[in-house]
Amino acid sequence: MSAAATTIAHEVPPQAGPRAFLHRLRQGDEIAHLITLTFAAVILLLTSMLVYELWVNSHLSRTAFGWSFFWTKVWDPNFDNFGAAPFIYGTLVTSAVALVLAVPLGLASAIFLSELAPRNISDVISFLIDLLAAVPSVIYGLLGIFIVVPLMRTTIGPLLINTVGNVPYIGVLFRGPNYGVGFLTAGIVLAIMVVPFIISVSREVLLTVPREQREAAMALGATRWESTWQVVVPWARTGIMGSVFLALARALGETMAVTMVIGNAAAIKASLLAPGDTIASTIANQFTEATGDLYLSSLIELGLVLFLITFILNGLARILIVATERGGGRPA
Amino acid sequence: MSSLRIVWRKSLNYVMLTLTGVAAFAVVSVLFLILGYLLWNGGTSLSWNFFTKLPKPVGETGGGMANAIVGSLKLLFLAAVMGLPVGLLAGVYLAEFGGKTFSFIVRYTTDLLNGVPSIVIGIFAYSLVVLPVKHFSALAGGVALGIMVIPITVRSTEEFLRAVPGNMREAAMALGASKWKTIATVVLPAASGGILTGMLLALARVAGETAPLLFTAFGNRFWSQGWGQPIASLPVMIYTYAVAPYDDWHRQAWAAGLVLLALVLVSNLGARFILARSKAV
Amino acid sequence: MKKSLLVVWLMTLTAAIAAAQGGTVLLNAAGATFPYPIYSKWFDVYHTAHPNVQINYQSIGSGGGIRQLQAGTVDFGASDGPMTDEQLAQSKFKILHFPTVLGAVVPTYNIAGVTGELNFTQKALAGIYLGTITKWNDPEIAKANSGVKLPSADIVVVHRSDGSGTSYIWTDFLAKVSDDWKNKVGKAATSVNWPVGLGGKGNEGVTGLVKQTPNAIGYIELIYAVQNNIPYGKVQNAAGKFVKADLAGVTAAAAADAKSIPDDFRVSITNAPGPTVYPISSFTWLLIPAQIQDAAKRDAIKDFLKWMLTEGQKYNEGLSYAQLPKAVIVRETKAISLIQ
Repeated sequence: MSAAATTIAHEVPPQAGPRAFLHRLRQGDEIAHLITLTFAAVILLLTSMLVYELWVNSHLSRTAFGWSFFWTKVWDPNFDNFGAAPFIYGTLVTSAVALVLAVPLGLASAIFLSELAPRNISDVISFLIDLLAAVPSVIYGLLGIFIVVPLMRTTIGPLLINTVGNVPYIGVLFRGPNYGVGFLTAGIVLAIMVVPFIISVSREVLLTVPREQREAAMALGATRWESTWQVVVPWARTGIMGSVFLALARALGETMAVTMVIGNAAAIKASLLAPGDTIASTIANQFTEATGDLYLSSLIELGLVLFLITFILNGLARILIVATERGGGRPA
Repeated sequence: MSSLRIVWRKSLNYVMLTLTGVAAFAVVSVLFLILGYLLWNGGTSLSWNFFTKLPKPVGETGGGMANAIVGSLKLLFLAAVMGLPVGLLAGVYLAEFGGKTFSFIVRYTTDLLNGVPSIVIGIFAYSLVVLPVKHFSALAGGVALGIMVIPITVRSTEEFLRAVPGNMREAAMALGASKWKTIATVVLPAASGGILTGMLLALARVAGETAPLLFTAFGNRFWSQGWGQPIASLPVMIYTYAVAPYDDWHRQAWAAGLVLLALVLVSNLGARFILARSKAV
Repeated sequence: MKKSLLVVWLMTLTAAIAAAQGGTVLLNAAGATFPYPIYSKWFDVYHTAHPNVQINYQSIGSGGGIRQLQAGTVDFGASDGPMTDEQLAQSKFKILHFPTVLGAVVPTYNIAGVTGELNFTQKALAGIYLGTITKWNDPEIAKANSGVKLPSADIVVVHRSDGSGTSYIWTDFLAKVSDDWKNKVGKAATSVNWPVGLGGKGNEGVTGLVKQTPNAIGYIELIYAVQNNIPYGKVQNAAGKFVKADLAGVTAAAAADAKSIPDDFRVSITNAPGPTVYPISSFTWLLIPAQIQDAAKRDAIKDFLKWMLTEGQKYNEGLSYAQLPKAVIVRETKAISLIQ
């Protein structure tokens, strides 16, 4: 008997070189790579075209004002003197307030919905919260006017003035006349608008954390909270941060709801109870009525400025993530 | 371990978990408040007329928003067709194929796009689709909304694709599947729940957008034929009616808000239902 | 690019649909929000009488109307303020102005303990909005309201946050009656750099703010005040009389200077002379291209204008807009023939 071992000849795919490429091609991988790459590139193309349009159409005001556009505090359509400073301030302040309110609230709710609530209740509630994202801006604005503004003027405002307003340093945030409309009100309305994004995405991400992680922590004697906060949440960190990015972006660009509750005064004030204005709100309010080329150009330049702010904030946030990378996250 | 420390940890546990429940309760209460307000103010305006008739001038009863309802559906359809594939495939690229620097740039740019005020996107779509042909159209509105749909879709697609455990992919590859086949038949279905959530969230967001439609879809008091004419939409109607002097129009605005929510609700339900069915099979 | 191909495909499709639709004339128009209620009424009634003509009007704002008209994306526009000389010079084609209705802007306020109508002198309104008059019991206000107990509270000024024709009319009036205003804030405009105050979006926003904020004052359209039963004050006119805004006073403002209205109808009638005139009144205009290529569209527009000047005016008062004075109607009817 021949003791020659019979081996089944597997076809081993070539590992490198042109034959490998052809093999991958035949397998369709290269095409898939190319197709998805193209679509990713479409996003770059769209954004570049957008920036280009903004750049070109703001030519008049850029040449007229130059860099002073950033720190001029006056916005005067009649005398053709335009400055973005009050709106930059308003945008940053309202977005900051919105995130300070929405992130803890949203994350806490997401944790509750993913870790503690029974699955079916969690699904229903989460579904309903997704609906909040569909409520038109205008309706948020109207609700702000009818509910939040009076509440701010009669109850919350005076309360803040009398308590925190007297604390040194921080108190300056809560002083002065209180009309009900202002930065704080706008921030609150924004917070309500962006919290669904945080909850929705964070909850889904928390749900994907493998059971083993939780169980391992509990096996080591951690309480439910410790397991959640020190193991599960860090694992889902990038997804949660992603949802915060979404929320931030929405807060920066929100127009209708903000414009109805912020008081529309082009001024920089320290107090959160004072009226102000944001970039998006100004553009939305004045664009449809603006005639006059310099006026239009300035409005478009405002859009460009907002783009720049978003660019910088995103960059800072990413640096923050990298700096706090301490391991314990999901392996990338 | 000292018993004091255990007591501290246990009470912290209790307190924090309760706080999360409070937070969730607060958010849900706000939601019910909003829904309740809409129902209270708009419920009385909902009638058969609302769903079937065209808008009437102020003072005349019997008007409705039939064209706006159909218009919103058409616009959302366009936005989905144009924006969702881009978002999905770009997300696939970022999660599965991407090179480090290019992916970073794409992600960064997507976040930037998300932050652009909706009116600026509307102006962009205006110069792209309306000015060259000198008339407003449903298509232009669809383009504007489609652009807005992309960022959320990309982010959630990438996030949930990444969440699919590595062993699933390896198992598929061990069975001889090529990379794209693995993605198409194993990874995507596994991540489909999260991805669908992202897509529905994106569509929900643009369903309520007014500003980008003002200069693109424009609005229409009549029925709009095809895709090349101005078209009515619920958010624009809400905007027009809410700032008008007439009580009747205000109530119609609330009713429209309610219908918009209902539309989103139904499409959400429908999509999840279909997904569940296809998964079960 | 994918999208431009779609556009081309769409153009052919649109042309095909247009051909198939045969006799229907579709007109798109954009512009002022102030006359939106009456325009929507007119276009609806006209459509019922002429089913093959559809006029789709969207109130995106006066400025928007002017720009879209110049860009060629709409067939005609509407504006609460007449186009300036510069705007007309910039336009690639000639644009005609046709006044349609008259409206007025009224001051509304919310002062604790004050239920009656206040009289506002011209100086008072200017001073309040300039920020030089800061308290309700300021002599300028008090001297015109001798029987009323005005509190020494700070005035909370409310203006429009969005650009609007209402602001245009208000600032036009203030610029005429106060040199300080004209120098500091400028001429009439839909959006200005307000020296003081909070902004509300739309008439609704201003009314809401005034209603909710004690000691507030704001300006809103007459139709808005009437339809919502909002109390408003009297304003002193050029003849020194305090007039409460009503339709008769508004029409009087237009009739007062009817002969001096220029042929192109671009005129401001705020602070018009005459004892019964309400001083913060204004026309609102339709902006029609002087040359319209499409014969069907041209005929439809001309016919609509004729209808508007005769039948249409009958609907004005029902919606709290004032009718055009007869002298103006006659001149406009003649001007229709300028459209070719």
